Amino acid sequence: MLKGKNIPLAITFTVGLIMIVSFFIPHRPFGDIEQISLKWYSIIAGFTMLLGVDSLLGLHFRKVKRKEENWIHSIVLIAGFVMVVIAGVWGTIQYGSAFDERSFFTYIYNYFIVPLQSTMFSLLAFFVASAAYRAFRARNVDAALLLITAIIVMLGRVPVGELISPYLPKFTDWIMEVPQMAAKRGIGLGIYLGALGVSIRIILGIERSYLS
Amino acid sequence: MATTIGIWIAAGLTLFIYSFLYKDNPFYKFAEHLYVGITAGYWLIYTWAYTIQPMLLDPIIKNKEFILIIPAFFGVIMLTRWFPSISWLSRWSIAFTVGIGAGLGVTGSIQGFILPQLKSTILPLTGLNFATFNNLLIIFGVFTTLVYFYFSREHKGLLGHTAKVGMTFIMIAFGASFGYTVMARISLLIGRIYFLMFDWIGMMFGK
Repeated sequence: MLKGKNIPLAITFTVGLIMIVSFFIPHRPFGDIEQISLKWYSIIAGFTMLLGVDSLLGLHFRKVKRKEENWIHSIVLIAGFVMVVIAGVWGTIQYGSAFDERSFFTYIYNYFIVPLQSTMFSLLAFFVASAAYRAFRARNVDAALLLITAIIVMLGRVPVGELISPYLPKFTDWIMEVPQMAAKRGIGLGIYLGALGVSIRIILGIERSYLS
Repeated sequence: MATTIGIWIAAGLTLFIYSFLYKDNPFYKFAEHLYVGITAGYWLIYTWAYTIQPMLLDPIIKNKEFILIIPAFFGVIMLTRWFPSISWLSRWSIAFTVGIGAGLGVTGSIQGFILPQLKSTILPLTGLNFATFNNLLIIFGVFTTLVYFYFSREHKGLLGHTAKVGMTFIMIAFGASFGYTVMARISLLIGRIYFLMFDWIGMMFGK
């Protein structure tokens, strides 16, 4: 009975229904339910962080134990993790918050995380360029349209675009505000109608894949 | 001194990552694994500092908000996944969070997106001017894009032609999004090169 799916389905139904009902009754205590449940959601999600960390570290500890390929790098990962956690705990003890400007934790953020993250994403500039070469070869009208729009938008957003033609930045704005926005809105409506349908299916217990 | 060491570390890690442009190598792998490790640690501390402590522990200990024991209970039973014999309990937490998500999905979708976007699409078509042309194009674009995603009938005849027009709008939107993404990445690249040239090399030459 307890191990089955009936209790989880009842929880989902009740919580989902309360959320919907609270939307239509903007008075206490219903009016506050949305904010409270978002807070509760964050708290539960906070605990799942431990599961994620356990999974990541477990994988790399196994790699080190079995001396699998690149196991030395797994040590780097574990050492990096331990260093940051120690710095965070130490910063909290020393300054009251790990995020204090003077803490080693903030130092790690500024000189390790920020450069690593921005460099990693900037690396994509090169790969996006090579992917664009392969994807944008104008094999048909649709691909040509994609290519032309991308080029216009890129040129319209840099000073050289204005040098080519003063109308180019204006044309870029028009693309973004009219045809691009129309398609984006159409796609968005499709996504949100789909989300609405899935949400109703989940609340009613028709969609149960999240429990398997 | 600490800043100088920090800039050297940042520059070294930047070059390690860029070494991947030549080929996959141990320096890149080192930086990649370090990035994953320290980011995981950072988010763990962040979750503690901005979620668990201010939203759960402080309100319970300082304000005696014992109602928060409910999310704490669901959070703790989420961790039962570590113990196979009682891991079924974690389904309760998942059900709770999915219930919140689904409830918000219903009200949020309608109130937050569908109605406002439909309202913005119902535009005036009065007068023969450029604004009317733009409004017509938006209405037509939204409608044809929606038709493209209508799969309950085969795209043939009028439906097929309308879907084809929708496809054209979608291609323009994807092209524009792609152009924007490329520009964002190039901006980051310029930022990193600027850092290497002015902060790092500039520091070496005392500028």
